[in-house]
Amino acid sequence: MSNKLVDIKDEYLSFFTPAGEVKALNGVSISLNEGEVLGIVGESGSGKSVTAYSLMGLTAHPGKLISGELNFNGHQVEKMSEKEMRKMRGNEVSIIFQDPMTSLNPVYTIGNQIEEVILLHTDKDKAQAKERARELLELVGINEPDKRLKQYPHELSGGMRQRVMIAIALACEPKLLIADEPTTALDVTIQAQILELMMELKDKLGMAIILITHDLGVVANMCEKIAVMYAGHIVEYGTVDDIFYNPKHEYTKGLLKSIPRLDATEHERLVPIEGTPIDMLNPPKGCPFAPRCEKCMKICLREMPPVTEFDDVHYTQCWMNQKEMMQGGTANE
Amino acid sequence: MSNRLVEVQHLQQYFPAGGFGKNKKFVQAVDDVSFYINKGETLGLVGESGCGKTTTGRTLLRLYEPTDGTIIYDGNVIFDKKKKIAVDMLPYRKKMQIVFQDPYASLDPRMTIGDIVGEAIDIHKLAASKQERYDMIIDMLRQVGLNSEHANRYPHEFSGGQRQRVGIARALAVNPEFIVCDEPISALDVSIQAQVINMFEDLQEKRGLTYLFIAHDLSVVKHISDRIGVMYLGKLVELADSRELTERSMHPYTKSLISAIPIADPKVAKASKRIVLEGDVPSPLNPPSGCRFRTRCPYADETCAACVPEMREVEPGHFVACHHLDKCN
Repeated sequence: MSNKLVDIKDEYLSFFTPAGEVKALNGVSISLNEGEVLGIVGESGSGKSVTAYSLMGLTAHPGKLISGELNFNGHQVEKMSEKEMRKMRGNEVSIIFQDPMTSLNPVYTIGNQIEEVILLHTDKDKAQAKERARELLELVGINEPDKRLKQYPHELSGGMRQRVMIAIALACEPKLLIADEPTTALDVTIQAQILELMMELKDKLGMAIILITHDLGVVANMCEKIAVMYAGHIVEYGTVDDIFYNPKHEYTKGLLKSIPRLDATEHERLVPIEGTPIDMLNPPKGCPFAPRCEKCMKICLREMPPVTEFDDVHYTQCWMNQKEMMQGGTANE
Repeated sequence: MSNRLVEVQHLQQYFPAGGFGKNKKFVQAVDDVSFYINKGETLGLVGESGCGKTTTGRTLLRLYEPTDGTIIYDGNVIFDKKKKIAVDMLPYRKKMQIVFQDPYASLDPRMTIGDIVGEAIDIHKLAASKQERYDMIIDMLRQVGLNSEHANRYPHEFSGGQRQRVGIARALAVNPEFIVCDEPISALDVSIQAQVINMFEDLQEKRGLTYLFIAHDLSVVKHISDRIGVMYLGKLVELADSRELTERSMHPYTKSLISAIPIADPKVAKASKRIVLEGDVPSPLNPPSGCRFRTRCPYADETCAACVPEMREVEPGHFVACHHLDKCN
């Protein structure tokens, strides 16, 4: 398809640590069209950030891409040289990080940091870059942009800093914005402001967004499609409605049941997912969720389940679903 | 009333923040906060970072010496600034305990889990013999879902959820009546949070505990609390029964706080309207005059700038501090 922006196929990625090989990604496939919002949810260490970072070629040492294809906007990212990647980063794809405190340089002014991106990627001169930086600050809703341009990061509040990060990310109007837990460090009222701003800008600039978060509430509000990750696998993938109203994988179901709801009218006891996330250094054979799964079968402990497709979009990796599908299929015939 | 276990009146906590003499500055972390907690009840305290909820919890236990106000525990005044009462806390430490937010920072990395839990038993001399001390520790660990072999391990060998269980076991070791839970679950993964919340509920039922549950996540606080207090910039702005508060909130800040919470249900989320607050929380070094919320409040006028709104009981058990309740409801 022509409007497919991101197409990751069967990505395997490992970190070679002194303690052993950590298989961070085990066959991850993601595709995303232009202008779409994809949410990646999962617990810490499930591989959400690694997936998104590898698309920008930001896999840090000792991480290494083992196999798989990473297609982005006509590039084959896994084959690009560092020089080509530098051109792509910031220009076609950019990222905002979780903590706006540590991702801005404390010794440069806000203006300096925004202009840097513009000077690097476009042929604008200094005066034009300054003008553009001013425009960007206005775009992300910062008042008195002229004053802010001369300020340092420590003079701004957390919400304001995250706005600056967004301004930097949008400086060259990228086609894809990766937002790595953009609001986790912020208070709820500020989070609401930032999410609103991101959606507004998405419509204005027509970019696609990959939103990484552990907050199911945030994805329900923002995304069209959701990938649920567990231990380096996408265990379930589907539209927002699929995931929230028709979850098939036990982990997704468990997640949805374990969060308290503000609009609950009676006190219902939470149903937690028992056990703890697996040790990525010694992953169990078979399905990684099997040790915590209520409906675990013998085969789950032996082999990784194949993909079960429910429709064009919605799929899971679960033996239960596979079994149901097979039985359903034979019954229909 | 005899049913009140903990009560604070006009609690105030200022921290010095530089300056000399006349120019001495103070962070007004908690200002004129009053509430009570009944026996066996859970009072939730919510608010954004820097609103003073943690300070309230710690001041209540006199981990900080209050700048002003009165603290009453089970009918006994344990602190009163005006009457210059400040009792020895040691006997009260046995009754009032705390679970901290960060399970990584609140456990001594050089002590075994057994010693961490046992330290409280030693201080209060609760065990007559070594064997009794050991039995008590193991019993405590079992109650929080750990087992005896964990007693000889060190904190770094545990996951976040397990460490938080150790923190809870330590608080329970002296058999307290009242526990301040200071954001006990915010450092944990979603699937682990539910386990710990359930454990708090079970322990409360089994031991008749009273909680002050502090968190920034209103959905969690609503789930666990009987009543909820909402704080903003050092002040309590609204206090009510937890369902009453989430369904019929009256203070404009509470309303916007509730509407800002992303709901994990796409249809509801799309249908609901957000009240997005402008701007940021002002600095507690120099809070606005009168009502502290007025700089971000859509209904603010001269009255709000001139005088501080008092907590009023609008409906039985529902307290709000706002001048313009008729306008915003």
